[in-house]
This record gives sequence, structure tokens and C-alpha cells, in this order.
Amino acid sequence: MALVVERPKLKWWEHLYLPAIAQGFRITLGHFFKIVSGKKKVTMQYPEEKWDDHLPEHYRGAPALVTDEQDRERCVACQLCEFICPPRAITIQPEEIPSDDQWAKVEKRPREFDIDMVRCIYCGLCEEVCPEQAIYLRKDYAIIGLSREEMVHDKKRLYEIGGKRVGLVNKWNELK
Amino acid sequence: MDWQLLIVSGIKIVGFVFMAVLPLVALAVWAERRVSAAIQDRVGPNRVGPFGLLQPVADGIKFLLKEDFTPNHVRKGYYWLAPALVMVPALLTAAVIPFGSSIFGEPLVIADLDVGPLFVFAIASLTVYGIVLAGWASNSKYPFLGGVRSTSQMISYEISLGLSIVPLLMIYGELNLSRIVQDQAQNGWALLPLWGEGLSFKGFVLWIPVIISFIIFTTSMFAETNRLPFDLPECETELVAGYHTEYSSMKFALFFLGEYAAMIIGSGLAVTLFLGGWSLPFGWLSPESADAHVTWWQALIHIHVFFGKVIAFVLFFIVVRWTLPRFRYDQLMKLGWVFFFEIALANVVLTALLLMWFS
Repeated sequence: MALVVERPKLKWWEHLYLPAIAQGFRITLGHFFKIVSGKKKVTMQYPEEKWDDHLPEHYRGAPALVTDEQDRERCVACQLCEFICPPRAITIQPEEIPSDDQWAKVEKRPREFDIDMVRCIYCGLCEEVCPEQAIYLRKDYAIIGLSREEMVHDKKRLYEIGGKRVGLVNKWNELK
Repeated sequence: MDWQLLIVSGIKIVGFVFMAVLPLVALAVWAERRVSAAIQDRVGPNRVGPFGLLQPVADGIKFLLKEDFTPNHVRKGYYWLAPALVMVPALLTAAVIPFGSSIFGEPLVIADLDVGPLFVFAIASLTVYGIVLAGWASNSKYPFLGGVRSTSQMISYEISLGLSIVPLLMIYGELNLSRIVQDQAQNGWALLPLWGEGLSFKGFVLWIPVIISFIIFTTSMFAETNRLPFDLPECETELVAGYHTEYSSMKFALFFLGEYAAMIIGSGLAVTLFLGGWSLPFGWLSPESADAHVTWWQALIHIHVFFGKVIAFVLFFIVVRWTLPRFRYDQLMKLGWVFFFEIALANVVLTALLLMWFS
């Protein structure tokens, strides 16, 4: 059965278009004066005003490695993040921790830990999958570089961004 | 050879067209972007210069430095001629617009013609050649469709545009724009007959045809300048960019400038005919007659009043553009031929009857 759409019967003044035009002006000029008088502010002027103070708690920025209370690198080079990373941005070269090291019982640590920020999609799966709580997405969003090489964050840079994080799992903590 | 006339005209041409209208074009482009931005809750260009006022300069530099690309498939001669044909008529019509009373005894109008509005319509209708040639010479389907649409639209609306001001000319009994403005300065603007002879029963009754004329004139002006809600010739959603699809660099800029120049001159004509041109309301600071002496500071005020009104009208153009959606093509033609043409004709008859009744 065909569906009959009822067309609204327009009054004669509605056929004149003029009331509709006046209504349109009310809307556009309303927006215009609200913006011009500064009552409403939508746009953030980027380089002068930054997002830093306005970022929500759950914001996902650049992934970074963190150390624990004793400055031990948390990452044990299990490579789970490397495997789960959807765009394959993470490359890890594991190495064995020598037996005379203070943390020898941890057994493994990354020799190289590279995140290619050109590829990273900030999905946060690495953070989610990490069993050691060693990788976190920080609030850094302005990741820039003049070449592809510069856009690859190596281990040093990742710890620089990540810093120290306390009060998490204390699996390897000797003071426990 | 009258050297004095040549020099004075030269100064007026340079002063009005190149130092007032062209900067106004730049200002209109800037205002268009800022106003549209504010209407859409954005900011608009605000980086180049104070409030982004130098943005048109940056745009101009960009246009000049861009590659001036001529596609292989175009008709070169016409293709090159078209942008000029859009720009030149728009600026030529500036000749008869009185942009001030008079300064040092010299009337502030480039050519004080006795057939002002006729001259404007005759020259302004040449713009259609530029658009048609652009569409035709581009030798490509979207520009062609844009050109064809533009032709029929401009020819249709020229009729109602011309007819709409006939009642006004009948009321003034005058085709000289300077004297029309002088008359309005003394006896009330066409749209605001609240002083002088305008403040009478006759002025009040004649207000009705004037308002009808104004609505038809303004709407037709939108159609003539190819502005929204009548911008079907360039209609981005259907025709890419219409008649200037194949143009780049400064040739495109000329189309752009031509459109805005036409808008400003159209506003100037509307202000002159309906809103009292350079005169202040209630006859303040107005000369007693066309030949009366005007001091230089009064003349300066008159010039500023004229440009203030033009800018206000251009802002109206801009707000309308960002308020109303585009017409469908058959609606456009219906509005032009079935409504405006008939109403304008009826308005002429109505005015004639009213004037007969009053005489």
C-alpha cells in the first residue's frame, strides 16, 4: 500500500516566503550577535590557547614507557603490545638482564623499544594489554617531526615522556 | 579639449572607483568571511593584520602568484576576454552613482547623466556576456550549464529589475540620479518619507508602491549579481563552480571581484534610489537646492553617509546569503516571470493611477 504523506496546507502568508525569511534572519542574526558580543565562545585559538588544561581524564595521547618507584624500567619485553598493536607501530628488541644486575630475577628487558608515531593510532590497546603496567598513553598530542626518523620515539624518548609512576603493581618490588 | 573637466573627472574616477569601490570590494570579501563565520559560530580569518583585515591582501598576493593555467580545450580568445567582461561593466556603472553632494562646487558624481538608471541597466546587462563567454569558451559541460543558467536568469530578472524602478522614476519625474538624491534629501527618502513634502497624505499613499518596488528591486538585484539565494550559475552542489570552473589564478579573481563590485554598485544604486543616497535623514546638513553651496566638511559627511549606507546594504546582502537556501531552478523562473514581472507591471499601473488621482 502506498504511503500517503500529508503535505501541510500553507496559509496565504506562509506562501509569501516573507515570514520564513524573517525567521531565518532571527536565527542567523541571533548566532551572529552571540558570537560577536562574546556571549558564546566555541573556537579555541590554537597556538595561543592550548588544550592542555582542558583535556579530559580519559584523553589518549602519545604512548610512553614508565619506570617504577626504584627507577626500574617496568617493561619486561614480553612483546604483547607489539603483537596487539593494530598499525604495528611498536618494535621491541628484547635482551636478557645480566645475572649480576640488581633486577636479575626479572630476566628480560627491552634493548630497543621504538614506537613509530606516524603509524600510531592512539587506540590504547598497548596500555590495555600490558601485564606489567609499563606503557601508558599520556596527554601529549602535539607530536611533530621534520622527517620519518624523527617521528620514531626510541626508548630514551619514551621514558622521557613517561617519567615515573608510583603506586601500581609491586610484583618485583624488593621492599615489599 | 576641456583640460579642467578631464583632470577633475580623472580625480573623481581614481578617488571613487580605485580608492573607494575596489577597497570596498576587498572589505566586502573580508566581511563576507567574518560574518558568515560568526553566523556559523566560527571565527573566520583573524590572523593577517588587525582582525584579519589584511586577509584580502594576502588573497590577492596568492592569486597573483598562482599559476595562470589555460586548459588546452578552451577557445583562447573568448576565454581570456570573459573575466574582463565581468569586471569592467560592474565598474563602469559606478560612473553615474552620486557618492556625495558636491565639494568646492564640483558635484561628486563621475558623469552627471540625465539617464542615470538607464545607463546602469544598459551597462550592467553586459555582464551577462562575460558569464556566457566564460561558460561557452571553457568548452566543458559544467561551465556551459552554468553559463546557460546565468543567461536565462539574468535576462529574466533584468525585466523585473527595470520595471520595478519605473514607479519610482514616475514619482520623482526624473532620471538624473543626483537630482533624485537632492529631492530625497529635501522631501524624505523613498523608503522613509517622514519630512518635507514626503510627510503628507500623498507621500503616505505613494509609500505602498515604493515598498513593493523596493522588495522586487532588491530581490532582482540578488539574482542579477548571482548571489544566493539565486546563485544557480555557480551552484557548487551541481555544477562544481559553474561558469568559472576552468579558471584559475587572477582570471578567477576577476570573476570574484566582478561579482563583489557588482554587489557594491548594486547596493549603491539601491541606496541612491530608495534610501536617499548621501543625505542624512530629516534633512540634516542637506543643501537647500542642487546648486546651493556645500561646505567641505558637510561634503565629507555626505560621502561618509553614502558609504555607510552602502556598507550596511552590503552587510544585508551577506546576511541574506548565509540565511536563505538556494532556489530550485523552476522556482527561480516562476518567481521571476510569474510573480515579479506581473507585480512590477501592476505596480507601474498602480503608481500611474495614484499619481493621476493626486494631480
